[in-house]
Amino acid sequence: MPIQVLMPALSPTMEKGNLSKWLKKEGETIKSGDVIAEIETDKATMEVEATDEGTLGKILIPEGTADVAVNTPIATILVDGESAADLGKTAAPAKQEKAAESVPPAAEAKSAPAPRDQSAAAPAAPKAATEPDPEVPEGTEMVTMTVREALRDAMAEEMRRDPDVFVMGEEVAEYQGAYKVTQGLLQEFGARRVIDTPITEHGFAGIGVGAAMAGLKPIVEFMTFNFAMQAMDQIINSAAKTLYMSGGQMGCSIVFRGPNGAAARVAAQHSQDYSAWYSQIPGLKVVAPFSAADYKGLLKAAIRDPNPVIFLENEMLYGHSGEVPKLDDYVIPIGKARIARTGGQVTIVSWSNGMSYALKAADELAKEGIEAEVIDLRTLRPMDTDTIVASVKKTGRAVTVEEGWQQNGVGAEVAARIMEHAFDYLDAPVARVSGKDVPMPYAANLEKLALPSVAEVVAAAKAVCYR
Amino acid sequence: MAAPKKSVAKETGQDEGNGSHHPLEFTKDQELSALRDMLLIRRFEEKAGQLYGMGAIGGFCHLYIGQEAIVVGMQMALKKGDQVITGYRDHGHMLACGMDARGVMAELTGRHGGYSKGKGGSMHMFSKEKNFFGGHGIVGAQVSLGTGLAFANRYRGNDFVSLAYFGDGASNQGQVYESFNMAELWKLPVIFIIENNRYAMGTSVTRSSAQTDFSKRGASFNIPGEQVDGMDVRAVKAAGDRAVAWCREGSGPFILEMQTYRYRGHSMSDPAKYRTREEVDKVRHGQDPIEQVRNRLLAAKMSEQDLKAIDAEVREIVNAAADFAQHDPEPDAAELWTDVYR
Repeated sequence: MPIQVLMPALSPTMEKGNLSKWLKKEGETIKSGDVIAEIETDKATMEVEATDEGTLGKILIPEGTADVAVNTPIATILVDGESAADLGKTAAPAKQEKAAESVPPAAEAKSAPAPRDQSAAAPAAPKAATEPDPEVPEGTEMVTMTVREALRDAMAEEMRRDPDVFVMGEEVAEYQGAYKVTQGLLQEFGARRVIDTPITEHGFAGIGVGAAMAGLKPIVEFMTFNFAMQAMDQIINSAAKTLYMSGGQMGCSIVFRGPNGAAARVAAQHSQDYSAWYSQIPGLKVVAPFSAADYKGLLKAAIRDPNPVIFLENEMLYGHSGEVPKLDDYVIPIGKARIARTGGQVTIVSWSNGMSYALKAADELAKEGIEAEVIDLRTLRPMDTDTIVASVKKTGRAVTVEEGWQQNGVGAEVAARIMEHAFDYLDAPVARVSGKDVPMPYAANLEKLALPSVAEVVAAAKAVCYR
Repeated sequence: MAAPKKSVAKETGQDEGNGSHHPLEFTKDQELSALRDMLLIRRFEEKAGQLYGMGAIGGFCHLYIGQEAIVVGMQMALKKGDQVITGYRDHGHMLACGMDARGVMAELTGRHGGYSKGKGGSMHMFSKEKNFFGGHGIVGAQVSLGTGLAFANRYRGNDFVSLAYFGDGASNQGQVYESFNMAELWKLPVIFIIENNRYAMGTSVTRSSAQTDFSKRGASFNIPGEQVDGMDVRAVKAAGDRAVAWCREGSGPFILEMQTYRYRGHSMSDPAKYRTREEVDKVRHGQDPIEQVRNRLLAAKMSEQDLKAIDAEVREIVNAAADFAQHDPEPDAAELWTDVYR
């Protein structure tokens, strides 16, 4: 059967083009790969190559024709044993039928819905259920430990439990951790599982993701998240998106962890909060705890999670001590906020080191007769909207506290969710306390001004209470 | 300001590249198998080009026509359990790994039966079963990931090898060298296969690269490399055998520069005005990897008829794949929300 050559599309947006020139004549022999014609669009001139072998039977669109629609038959090719006599009885070729099918006439569109129809009625996002915190049985011994020790214990316990878990990063092994978080791990687990990397964030993040695709469970430590900007492509394009792009076949269980947010007197390049950056990305989970117990329970959960988890620590909190339940397996589910202090007059929402300001402000407010409810988000993605909304429905007022910048910040997201889910309960607009909209300055006085303060949180809470 | 040129070639214990290795002869079965596998890729890509022209395939579509000998020859050097990862010009790699032509084509058309349920497209397909780790759209990203696959093999203490394919363009990305460093430092069993098709999109190697001998790109990390005639499937297989042996015995990574050529533009919308038709024709008529095998088989008294039968069989597979890819339903709307987390 003679083969029809169709007007090709040169790009996803091309609808028509000019047939500028025929390079083969009717009756000429054509081999696969031969250029048979030239077509041009507003952007480029392109050569049309034959993909079948045979003889050019008939030119259907003469050269010089403008605005030839994509998929219009432009010529026929006669294959083995066919002659010009066969041209008349050209059955519509398979590809022609299919072209017609891919653009169904409106009247028949019902049987095969086009993508546009679907997007018009995009299905609602499924709602994720979160589990409650594990019960800490009455009488459980509580151990006081620093956040640093809690992190180390969490990693050590998970490495004992699962031989596929390993730690890699700069100075994690012999130096015992730039911030001493991995202290003792090399001695217990050896160099095979506690791996010092060169200073090469992009490369070792990619190696970690590749190892995770192969089924290992890496804990990749960034000396600080400031340096993870070098690895951003691997974190987002490779780690976060592969499960989706593979139709669920291939994901990666990996934890990227390290200190995030403002440190002390290190200036703009080493003092930045990435909470908002990572928590925008579907496919990532983002955890940013405050208390030592949460650091331990959530890091264990992050290591076990089959998805990529960004675990944002805070350098200023490493030395803070807290009570951690002495349980064999203290795992806190990702995605659940914690009510750190109950109160009925104003809700203060924060996470990580922002909680330091929030809790101190709540103490101050109590002295002035305002009982604040303080919510520690702990996880930024998925965000526990229910806990925030339930609190705001009770208090009617909300303040968010973060060290990061305000524009497109996590506080902005919290405020939007409150508006969406509890607008009618609000007695005042949501207030945001945040880092100032400047790169972090070095000078001690300016640095202090750039960060949120307890006084600012108190003032914001009083403002939304009209006090 | 040019520094004096010095040879930085690594002593490999083998003769240095320049395609000087005498290609091993293939048995008739090997020739036939290579011919069939290369033809499958060629016909598949031609069909994909057609479907793109008809609007059935959207977005970016990068064809592998001309480069078939590389993946087919390398695959002949592997054993089950070895892993493959590549960039966005990936259809050939998938077919060479044994992935089903229907599933690949249906992914190109964005259908439910595609390898990624239609959610990945041309540049993002994977098969756990066939140890194919993608299909990656960011130039160079697969090099670190492939090094990570090798890391996992070393961690587990098995003797599998990972193949990280990338182009002459990706060879200028920073993370490639970060990966080279760690791969050699930790003696990871990874073969870095540089498919040098002379053009990074529209920029020729000489306009983009200070060192155009890509087999030497590992020199400052002490990674041995070879230049290989990537148009001769036998030369590819022979080089693959050497590199695989090097990796399996724990000697660390190896670089193979495959000298090849893509007949088509970078992507479907590339009119390829940066090179002459004569240049394309010269490779196509003088070095075509499929013609080379075909001519050897004809010289060995195989009949034209028998070769046509192979072509017919391949065309049937490709036509069936195209048919499936156009009739399979689009993914269900509910798939929008699946596979974000597991």
